[in-house]
Amino acid sequence: MPLKLRINNVLTSVDLPPDTPLLWALRDTLDLKGAKYGCGIGACGACTVLVDGRATRSCMTPISAVVGASITTIEGLSPDGTHPVQAAWEQLDVPQCGYCQSGQILAAAALLSHTPHPTDAQIDAAMSNNLCRCGTYPRIRQAIHQAASAAAPTAAPQKK
Amino acid sequence: MHLDPKPLSRRSFLHITALTGGGLALGLFDSPLALAQQGPPRADLSPRAFIHIAPDGTITLMARAPEIGQGVKTMLPMMIAEELDADWSTVRVQQADLDESLYGNQSSGGSTGTQSNYLPLRRVGAACRQMLVYAAATRWAVPPSECTTAPGRVLHAASNRSLGYGELASDAALLTPPALASVKLKDPRDFRILGKPQPNVDNHAIVTGKPLFGIDVTVPGMLHAVIEKSPVYGGKVKSANLDSIKKLPGVRHALILAPAPVAGSIDTTTEPGVAIVSAGIEPGIAIVADTWWQAQSARRALKVEWDFGPGATQSSDKFAANAADLLKAPPSGTLRSYGDVDSALTSAAKVVEATYFYPFLAHGTLEPMGTTASFKDGKLELWTTSQSPGGGRSQAARALNIQPSDITVHLCRIGGGFGRRLQNDYLVEAAWLAKQINVPVKLLWAREDDIAHDAYRPAGWHSLRAGLDAQGHIVAWRQHLSTFGDGPRLVSSAGMDATEFPSGRVPAYALLTSAQPLILRTGALRAPGHNGYAFVIEAFIDELATAANRDPLDLRLELLAATPVPMPAEANGRRMTDSLNPARLKAVLQLVAEKSNWIARKPTPGHGFGIAAHYCHAGYFAEVAEVSVDSANRITVHHVWAAGDVGSQIMNPSGAEAQVQGSILEGMSQMQQEITLAGGRVQQTNYPQHPLVRFRQSPAIDIFWHLSENGPTGLGEPALPPVLPAIVNAVFAATGKRIRTLPLARSGFSFA
Repeated sequence: MPLKLRINNVLTSVDLPPDTPLLWALRDTLDLKGAKYGCGIGACGACTVLVDGRATRSCMTPISAVVGASITTIEGLSPDGTHPVQAAWEQLDVPQCGYCQSGQILAAAALLSHTPHPTDAQIDAAMSNNLCRCGTYPRIRQAIHQAASAAAPTAAPQKK
Repeated sequence: MHLDPKPLSRRSFLHITALTGGGLALGLFDSPLALAQQGPPRADLSPRAFIHIAPDGTITLMARAPEIGQGVKTMLPMMIAEELDADWSTVRVQQADLDESLYGNQSSGGSTGTQSNYLPLRRVGAACRQMLVYAAATRWAVPPSECTTAPGRVLHAASNRSLGYGELASDAALLTPPALASVKLKDPRDFRILGKPQPNVDNHAIVTGKPLFGIDVTVPGMLHAVIEKSPVYGGKVKSANLDSIKKLPGVRHALILAPAPVAGSIDTTTEPGVAIVSAGIEPGIAIVADTWWQAQSARRALKVEWDFGPGATQSSDKFAANAADLLKAPPSGTLRSYGDVDSALTSAAKVVEATYFYPFLAHGTLEPMGTTASFKDGKLELWTTSQSPGGGRSQAARALNIQPSDITVHLCRIGGGFGRRLQNDYLVEAAWLAKQINVPVKLLWAREDDIAHDAYRPAGWHSLRAGLDAQGHIVAWRQHLSTFGDGPRLVSSAGMDATEFPSGRVPAYALLTSAQPLILRTGALRAPGHNGYAFVIEAFIDELATAANRDPLDLRLELLAATPVPMPAEANGRRMTDSLNPARLKAVLQLVAEKSNWIARKPTPGHGFGIAAHYCHAGYFAEVAEVSVDSANRITVHHVWAAGDVGSQIMNPSGAEAQVQGSILEGMSQMQQEITLAGGRVQQTNYPQHPLVRFRQSPAIDIFWHLSENGPTGLGEPALPPVLPAIVNAVFAATGKRIRTLPLARSGFSFA
């Protein structure tokens, strides 16, 4: 029986086995390619999405576990890519290869939604489970501070 | 300006208008596909290949090389735009498909992108600018020499007239491009685009999650594939429960991927025990399903009987024992030897000895290996993530027994390369599968496949002995590298250069090699070779400075000041030149010392500074690390200062600094990683066993450029090697403990 998922504020029906990881439902069934496969075991953070505003590893989350929740992917973080975190990422030229960045951005957005002006220690705690193979950490730190000071960031879309 | 553009012949005029869309978008752009069918490769690059100017003035520039995160998709078009005098803020960049007859070499590797493109691509832009100027001058009936350009426009100051490039594009398209060698280039002091930080052209698409990467490709009707390979390298499939697998949900095909019929595939039998180069694919079982998750899930039910072959007896413990034996025995290769090392060591006031080790490493690019392939009517179409797509096309052509001209290759943005994607194994696999099943297929390796089936950075053991005289000068240096290969022949990326510092800069020197067999694929990892032996050499120099009670900076500067012992013109059948310019290495050492306040450093128990320098890939870097080490040997790297000399011009300061930051963090990652074998199997499976440095471990990084009067060179690699020895030297300064074995855990250390 199809499951109903609320993704980027749209209720969507997916006809997949309930243990299918959310990542693969997003990527291969719903054609939302922003969340990336990196490790498949929740160790790298490339697949990060927001579930009710919390940074969540979609590669380890069965779709049955997020029925009724509000899921935000990078495609839905802002209508036009102007969330303060996205804007700061562009201004400070954060990406190198770019593969991990949708996960980094969502982790940062989740941090700022509950901690609008994080300290370096709070940024360390929030970001240290998202791996970047290229070494963009110094600019991610700058970009989070910039996004925090830009404007009061809008909280990630919450469950309605 | 000297310019003599000849009007095009009627025939080529027709050709160009036809190519550019029936006169709707007259411009300076040729369709790559159309030109690919025109025959022999061009001897020269053409502005038409790289530049499209639409009537509304929109300029599109083609990015020729694979973008692996090193920034070439931004930097190479900047070179064109600079001399074209384009308005960079309105330029669009488009990734070129593979067509080396049109774009020249389209590989990415070896930090070569800057030096191999700096003049050719600037000339492409300058030639197009000349054509636009000539078109404007003709229209105004004034001499071209009276015309100048401002971004996107040709100006005639005397009559106060100007025309936008878009208004001139159709006229300019009728002109023959000038000979590239003849075009006048800007004085770099007049650059408006190069030398200014320009953000990555794909940033907006990246931060909004657009499908840019190889893994994101969708082809109508495509299936998804995984491949289960032998856990032991070189193993073959004896039998497998393919019929049961085919019954699993979504599974459409399960087939044995056998390299036997594939030309160019690996063959560990022709080179007993030595897999020096592997152009092809490993045997395995391919599972093809409607979705990747179905294919991947089906692997859990897979039962395979493997013939592991001779690789199954290999283990890291045996490698280490063999290597130790080899270091005690006479070497099998001599890379360089001069002076009487033995007697110099005998008469030295002090002899320092040490053995260093660095392990096998995997690349672990965050985007796993993968390619999408479609085979139809004898033609192959590929969407790939290769760093060497031209080589990949040749390999696929051999594997499928078709002509390279029957293969179209689209270059996707790549989620990390680091040398791994110079191997085209996954590209050939996808091509082979597409032909076998005759349905478009996206192959994606799981992370576990990537870690267990890499072309690894080879391990190396170095035994060093050096002598110091009573004044603390180095009088002899003997270095014996024990690694993998067959006699004097070493596996890919395992060797050293005969000119490697301090070769030629000490009075007596020997660089020797020994090798044991290896049944495992090895290959280039960012700063190949250098990423291992710079740690060894630069840490050992630090040991010598300690033994001589000298500042390690002063000892290095003394070595660089020595009159070099000339290299023989040829050694071991290879031409030899010592390309190290000591003045450049000295300059970056002095710069980093000044910026880090090296002389005034005050190490205290548990807190110290280390310095190291290295020359590779035509770039010179010196780095200082500041660390503290707690009572549990946990290292915090607080700060790294890096000084680099990559010539006279930094192309894109934003991208350049990103490359240095990335190199430093990757060097730190390499310090905590290893690949080991037991029973022939790679023991690491995923990132937790082959860890990357984390956000909280990332130090403050300050980068300084020494702009020298040398041609600009690349930054993908040279900043990486010095950071490893800078950190271990800092740990010694903090603790008195010398790390000679990597990863850190094998020396009892870790990053905090």
